[in-house]
Amino acid sequence: MDLSLDQRYLDFREQVRSFVAANRADAPPSVTSRDRGAPTQEALDWQRRLIAAGYTARTVPAEYGGFGAEPDMLETMIINEEFSAAGIQAGLAGIGIMMLVPTLLEVGTAEQKARYIPKAITGEEWWCQGYSEPGSGSDLASLRTNGRLDGEEWVINGQKIWTSGAHFAQMMFCLVRTEPDAPKHRGISYLLIPMETPGITVSPLKTMTGRSEFNQVFFDDARIPAGNIVAGRGEGWKVANVTLKHERGGLGDPAKSIARFDGLVKLMREETINGQRAIDDPLLADRLMQLEAKMLALKLNNMRVLTADLEGNDPGLARLVTKYYGTTLNHELDALAIDAMGELGVLYEDGDYLRDEGAWQAWYMHDLGLIIGGGSTNIQRNIIAERGLDLPREPKAVIPPQGMGGRG
Amino acid sequence: MRFGLSLEQETFRDQLQRLLADRAPLDRVREVAADGNGYDERLWSGLTELGAMGVLVPEEYGGLGMGSFDAGLVVEELGRSVAPAPYLGTAFVAPLVLSESGSNSLAAEWLPRIAGGEARIGLALGEAVSARAGAGVVVNGGRLSGKALAAMDAGAADAFIVSAGVEQLWLVRSDASGLTRTPMTSIDRTRALAELRFDEVEAEPIAGGASLTQRALDLARVALAADTLGAADAMFQQALDYSKQRVQFERVIGSFQGVKHALADMITGLEPSRALVWYATHAQTEMPRDEAHRLACHAKAHLAEVGRMVARAATEVHGGMGFTDDLGLHYWFKRIGLDRQLLGSPEQIRAEAAAAMVA
Ligand SMILES: Cc1cc2nc3c(=O)[nH]c(=O)nc-3n(C[C@H](O)[C@H](O)[C@H](O)COP(=O)(O)OP(=O)(O)OC[C@H]3O[C@@H](n4cnc5c(N)ncnc54)[C@H](O)[C@@H]3O)c2cc1C
Repeated sequence: MDLSLDQRYLDFREQVRSFVAANRADAPPSVTSRDRGAPTQEALDWQRRLIAAGYTARTVPAEYGGFGAEPDMLETMIINEEFSAAGIQAGLAGIGIMMLVPTLLEVGTAEQKARYIPKAITGEEWWCQGYSEPGSGSDLASLRTNGRLDGEEWVINGQKIWTSGAHFAQMMFCLVRTEPDAPKHRGISYLLIPMETPGITVSPLKTMTGRSEFNQVFFDDARIPAGNIVAGRGEGWKVANVTLKHERGGLGDPAKSIARFDGLVKLMREETINGQRAIDDPLLADRLMQLEAKMLALKLNNMRVLTADLEGNDPGLARLVTKYYGTTLNHELDALAIDAMGELGVLYEDGDYLRDEGAWQAWYMHDLGLIIGGGSTNIQRNIIAERGLDLPREPKAVIPPQGMGGRG
Repeated sequence: MRFGLSLEQETFRDQLQRLLADRAPLDRVREVAADGNGYDERLWSGLTELGAMGVLVPEEYGGLGMGSFDAGLVVEELGRSVAPAPYLGTAFVAPLVLSESGSNSLAAEWLPRIAGGEARIGLALGEAVSARAGAGVVVNGGRLSGKALAAMDAGAADAFIVSAGVEQLWLVRSDASGLTRTPMTSIDRTRALAELRFDEVEAEPIAGGASLTQRALDLARVALAADTLGAADAMFQQALDYSKQRVQFERVIGSFQGVKHALADMITGLEPSRALVWYATHAQTEMPRDEAHRLACHAKAHLAEVGRMVARAATEVHGGMGFTDDLGLHYWFKRIGLDRQLLGSPEQIRAEAAAAMVA
């Protein structure tokens, strides 16, 4: 057990700290209950400054607009720690940056990297993820949106749903069935689709937060260049799994739980009930301590994962459990904040009595979305059990033919 | 940075596991548990030969002078094997309490014997946590009177570390006149609990005041958490193995989602707990005292909850078989049950952690 950092990391931490101290006044406000729409100009400017300083897109090669540093997980950890300790964003957290960029770096062609990565990391070109369909959520590989090659173009028909940010994105990475005769998982391709393509209609869906965060996207003979495919025909499922790996890692990130926990402690120190601080209420304090233990466990577990990664070992279960553990923990943290506020915990959006700009109710809903998205809790348990514990897969159930299995 | 075991620690753990497989298989545990004394000479001497007794004893006293993480690994393995060994009091708590105290003569007398496997130390710290009705130890002119309940590692103890209230720790020899030790029968027959009655018993103060009492509690609690981690891990593993063998409805039960998800929930609770316990044991000798205290509280309270969940669910996965004496799964169930109850309920310990946070 060696938790010390080499001198060069201590120096690096100092460097990050002084950057944060000197620049934090210009950082865009963190997300509250207000709309999570397209990034603001302020956020885009901040992003450019962070890229130049090497605090986001740090390991993206310089030829693709990144900072070009060697991958170093301890540096990444230090950056995350220092930014979240200061309560400011370490750059844009869009799905393009988090998922598309690492995927292209891993399996994209040189042209694709050069064309898409620079604009994705600056946020100049915003991406959305076209995976889920009305009939294909957890069972994603059953998707039916289809693409047919016509000369030099893919012609796409079908429908995506729950597509976050599609109403302002310029691009979509999308799973499309291009090989109808191949087995389920081998008939899918990973296509890059400009959202302005004629034949694409985006129809926003209002969500429980009261806003339109996700959408339905309809494809009606939408034509895109044949070259807009990542890896080969029928390789889409494999590519998607590269991407999902990045998404799930991000969804169990302890830095977020730590920031939530710190915010909760602050709230409970300030909030009073009959003149007593919430944190001095024994029942609320008991819940807070239960969650602190879980938060610490997640954080320390992450150091174990990091160690395995650094040494080229597979962290196995320690990594597999983090999406499930982290997203449910965050939701419990939000719930305690709401409870600590009592009746004022229901307030939302506007008003004199709103605490933390209404963030906790917004997060309570948002974090529930993250429990469902990226593979729901049950799907995570299946993954943990089947991949982590080597338990057998579910046998197939027979769907009764129409008109026979029903109750009349 | 490296979070986890070093190569030497992995080797040490392998040696421990081999020793425990050889000297504390379930059949042997059963035999030792029959008398409830919580002590097995052959296992104890094996642990001594491996150096496990001296892990926390400073080199000047004939020990290895290693860190609390190493000692925690031993406790974790003992829990995994439900091994009957009064290691927690003797080799985890006593060496640090005695060497950190101002009582050099006590340290000089006991530490070499601990490292050599010749002495066993029990713990009567309960009065510093929650004195139950009728219990309590008072000091009069350096002599102890009263009663301490649920003294741990009591079966073969040569001496006890006793708290009188929170102010002061005392060392009491088992053969001191006026001391009566009466076994308390508990669910867990692998470890011996006792009632200690003191009638003007001669005791030696262990210099260190209330802060040393707290230190002893932190150490004992973190060790109970490590014991639970090992035991819960073992129960989980048995449930997982069973779920891959047992067939019902022409399928192994591990293919039913209800069973599968129960196992996934167990491991999702356990896996991050492992990191928490490792860091908490590590912190005891490597981090500042307030951090060590905070982590000891969290590890004990959290493992009490995760342990209970795993013990219950792992038994259920075994069906009726899990309920039998024959399978022996209950030894782990009870081990975890005892760890949870000793030295503070999760609620009480969380209240302490909260008090430390707002202080
Ligand atoms: C806020 C939010 C944002 C999203 N953003 C995007 C996006 O940008 N792009 C995108 O493509 N998708 C997005 N999604 C969609 C998300 O990935 C899906 O909702 C998710 O995969 C679940 O699919 P479903 O909604 O069809 O639910 P279903 O798959 O129908 O699941 C319904 C319930 O059944 C359970 N279930 C299903 N299969 C099993 C099984 N085998 N065993 C046990 N239980 C099972 C599930 O756990 C769930 O509780 C988003 C979702 C949310 C909530």
